[in-house]
Amino acid sequence: MADLMNVQAHVRLGSNAGQSMTRRDGVLKVTGRAPYAADRQPGGMLHAVTATAGIARGRVAHLDTAAALAHPGVVRVYTPANRPPLAEHPDTKIHGFAWRMEALQDDTVRYAGQPIALVVADTLEAATEGARLLNPRYEAEAPRIGLDGNTPYQPETVSIGRPPSLEAGDMDAARAGAARHLDTVVETAAQYHNALEPHAITAQWFGDRLEIDTPNQAIGLAKQSFATYLGIEPSQILIRSPFLGGGFGSKAILYGAQLLVVLAARDLDRPVKLALRRDQMFGPVGHRPATRQTLRLDLDEHGRIAALDHHTLAVASTFDDFIESASNASHSVYATTAMRTTHSAVRTDTGTPGPMRAPGEAPGSAALEVAIDEAAYALGMDPLAFRLLNYADTDPSTGMEFSSKALRECYERAADLFGWKDRPLEPRTMRQGRLLKGWGMGTAQFPCPMFQAAAHATLRADGSAVVETSAADMGQGAWTALAQIAADGLGIDIDRLEFRSGQSDLPDAGVAGGSGHTATAGTALFNAGADTVRQLADLATNDPASPLFGAGNAGVTARGGRLYRNDDESRSEAYEDILARAGLDLVRGEGKGAREGEAQRAMFSHGGVFAEVLVDPDLGQIRVNRLVGAFAVGRIVNPQLARSQLLGGMIWGVGFALHEEAIHDARTGRFTNNDLAGYHIPVNADIPMIEALTVHEDDPFVNALGIKGVGELGVTGTVGAIANAVWHATGVRPHRFPIHPESLI
Amino acid sequence: MNLFDYTRADTLGAAVGAEGALLAGGTNLLDLMKIGVATPSRLVDVTRLPLSQIEDHGGGLRIGAMVRNADLARHPQVLARFPAVAEALLSGASAQLRNAATTGGNVMQSTRCSYFMDPLSPCNRREPGTGCSAIGGETRNHAILGWTSGCIATHPSDLCVALAAFDAVVEIAGPAGTREVPMATFHPLPDANGVPPALAAGEVITHIRLPDPGGMARHARYVKLRERTSFAFAIVSAAAGIAVQDNRIVAARLALGGVAARPWRSTGAEAALLGQPPIETNFARAAELALQGAAPSGNNAAKIVLARRIAVRALTLAAAGTPDRMPALPASVFEGDDHG
Repeated sequence: MADLMNVQAHVRLGSNAGQSMTRRDGVLKVTGRAPYAADRQPGGMLHAVTATAGIARGRVAHLDTAAALAHPGVVRVYTPANRPPLAEHPDTKIHGFAWRMEALQDDTVRYAGQPIALVVADTLEAATEGARLLNPRYEAEAPRIGLDGNTPYQPETVSIGRPPSLEAGDMDAARAGAARHLDTVVETAAQYHNALEPHAITAQWFGDRLEIDTPNQAIGLAKQSFATYLGIEPSQILIRSPFLGGGFGSKAILYGAQLLVVLAARDLDRPVKLALRRDQMFGPVGHRPATRQTLRLDLDEHGRIAALDHHTLAVASTFDDFIESASNASHSVYATTAMRTTHSAVRTDTGTPGPMRAPGEAPGSAALEVAIDEAAYALGMDPLAFRLLNYADTDPSTGMEFSSKALRECYERAADLFGWKDRPLEPRTMRQGRLLKGWGMGTAQFPCPMFQAAAHATLRADGSAVVETSAADMGQGAWTALAQIAADGLGIDIDRLEFRSGQSDLPDAGVAGGSGHTATAGTALFNAGADTVRQLADLATNDPASPLFGAGNAGVTARGGRLYRNDDESRSEAYEDILARAGLDLVRGEGKGAREGEAQRAMFSHGGVFAEVLVDPDLGQIRVNRLVGAFAVGRIVNPQLARSQLLGGMIWGVGFALHEEAIHDARTGRFTNNDLAGYHIPVNADIPMIEALTVHEDDPFVNALGIKGVGELGVTGTVGAIANAVWHATGVRPHRFPIHPESLI
Repeated sequence: MNLFDYTRADTLGAAVGAEGALLAGGTNLLDLMKIGVATPSRLVDVTRLPLSQIEDHGGGLRIGAMVRNADLARHPQVLARFPAVAEALLSGASAQLRNAATTGGNVMQSTRCSYFMDPLSPCNRREPGTGCSAIGGETRNHAILGWTSGCIATHPSDLCVALAAFDAVVEIAGPAGTREVPMATFHPLPDANGVPPALAAGEVITHIRLPDPGGMARHARYVKLRERTSFAFAIVSAAAGIAVQDNRIVAARLALGGVAARPWRSTGAEAALLGQPPIETNFARAAELALQGAAPSGNNAAKIVLARRIAVRALTLAAAGTPDRMPALPASVFEGDDHG
């Protein structure tokens, strides 16, 4: 009952949120008029290109800057010898969400692809050739590559500042009482975000004021970071980031070349632009590292999980600490009397990993779902029945109750649509013609974090409004979903709402990441609208000339641009009339979004994903023939956009299971597939039939709007579902992702 | 990208003997220039040469070197007489690339060996005598036939595999006159120090000629194993044609892709099929012969098994007959005739 104190009374949303609505920026995008950072071409602009290291470990002994400078059009070559000073050393971790970066601080090479010089020229072509002409000579050392490339160590934290291990319950006792146990080792490959839009920046100084166009998922934080490195005030910096052509985590954190471009623009007193080539995005802008995960499930005589042990060995860089927190994905999915999750890492000569769509959860869920499927088969149980037997009614890692968890309904809806009940237990028993057919499933789960966001809402004299927050639209539809929430906060129709966003001089919307952006920025926007309506209500109910006079602020309701008396709906007044009589041009409200206090409940989105694969028995080629997911994600702000997000996540799951894999040559540390011809992601033809359903879920605890996240959830569950379907089709249990055809023959 | 001169040849006479790299669709050459693998000082644009016709040629076809891949794949006579050629084309690259890429350019495209594509890695194919970096490296996509210690790269074309299977001849014009080379031997195999050029300086491919396929016109398939359903190079692939009379094979064609520095035509396998009934055991024996001498060039022994099996698959599908309509997923192993 103590929980009741934490119940946030559900706010009433009006006629905007909850409706399917196409993207407000859709027409701009399909007509090519949506401005992206690299589209900006200020007059007098110079082009920058980074020269990148061709070795993975050692030092740069010589750069032929003379040859580069002699090339027609080359204006300046920056190397560690002449790089303009920074106020803060690039190796400093300036805050918890900052990486040590490469900004030409010295001649050390820490990974292949690291920027070792910046060439600035009149044209992109001249800068590119100038970079090539630098023709570096190195003193190289043998690189340490891959999971076995170095001695593992024990990290102090995993992910962003999280503890590396957790133990709940009595592992020894639970194991001692178990009837059997299963051991599973699963490896996942290194993956690179590969957003369609490359990382880009255009920087221009106006005296001591700096303007930056760059796609960024957290421009408030980026502004602070730039200011720290440059030794100027954040107020001197304006960042524009209206649209991102995908970010997936790789555009949440600054990288060194952005600083170099800003320095070059100041040094040369000209605007400077840099857009990374595809191959240059393999290294300096983060990645999901390879993992080797060891799971042990101890089962009691009824098939209940008595003990769950999940250890992750993850690849890390030599100069910073981002450890893929894959084991943590096992914390809250299945009931167990005891659990232990641990991590170790191996320092290799690679760029520092970073958060990539469902960081930790994606590889962790993949391994866990494979292990769960193995346990179900060992017990002779249907995989869904086994999951229901081990259904977690409380979070086994903390003992907390879930804020809401409609996972049973998800399983039921998706299994029903999929036709799961007809599944034979034994593998390699279903055929479609000569092809092997298999069915597998996985549980999707993703936490519901909230960050910090602020917003303004301004109601104008004509009854229209503008809301302002720096929110990033990465293609996920934030501009639309957030506008829907804002319109309801203001009690107006969305077509009367102007949504101003994507600039750092607006109230900070926090990070578009962690699947918490809509909840966090949405709460701020709703509160800003509510604050505005509160002021309106005060004006009207205290004005004897108003039909609302005397109703009190609790006695009116806002909708459709009017305030209505609750006790007499026939008495109402339009916003513009209230403002006019008060002699006001506008009313302005402010709002914040954040989770208040310590969470007293476990807060997660959930889902059940079911996959059908066909496998050619001779050639091992895999086709995901059907993919059905049902998800419980709290209140849905925009069903159409939420579905797109969930489908996108599931398609990432297909890529994780079957395609995505960055390959290093272990001898040189260089990539052998750092382009989109070699680094495969799914194509349309790989996704014949896919469906994402949502089940109704009211969550009075997660936040006042009842919103959970949808961005990353679909990746989890899907990878395991596909791997388990491949096993069911072939009888070969995949223990390595991506699953290669060769491994199935 | 280095500075270079751009010129255009509007007549074959201007192109033959021209100094510089020939530029057609540019779908491969420009990529190589951008990454510094190709550094020509001069480009000769040959896209306006009058070589964009597909002509009837005694029951076969004569295809101009500048015919775009997309036009070739959709040409009624190609679909009617050489459906495996169309299927191979449509299984390669993307629609946008096929719109730009030409027949001659497809033949002349470079290997996608990642070490060839990395200017920092020594490569005999790029610079003879410098060594082969692929050996001992990441070799999943490398050769299992015809390789040497000098080079283990594969030719990436789908089109050339089908052309080689169906006896295509490459017509070449050069400063010293014209010559012809069978597609099956056009691409040189490596020696210990590198790979000789397929064309001499100043030579230009003018046409690809395909002879009358006879009874194989409606019994021809191309099958391609790949990790994703489109826009991926073959792990292994096979083109096959079969003609059968009275349940006996009277003509057979078989070529493998993704296995060697050239499309791997196996006349030995074809000869072994003649006079035999078109059944799987015979196809399996032919496939064994086609893979005779195969050896892994690294950690790619599985390709030998896969190549053998895809040869059987292609022969089986060819014997069953070419579908009336191009499959929705051309060359896909999931577009067989016996499931659905």
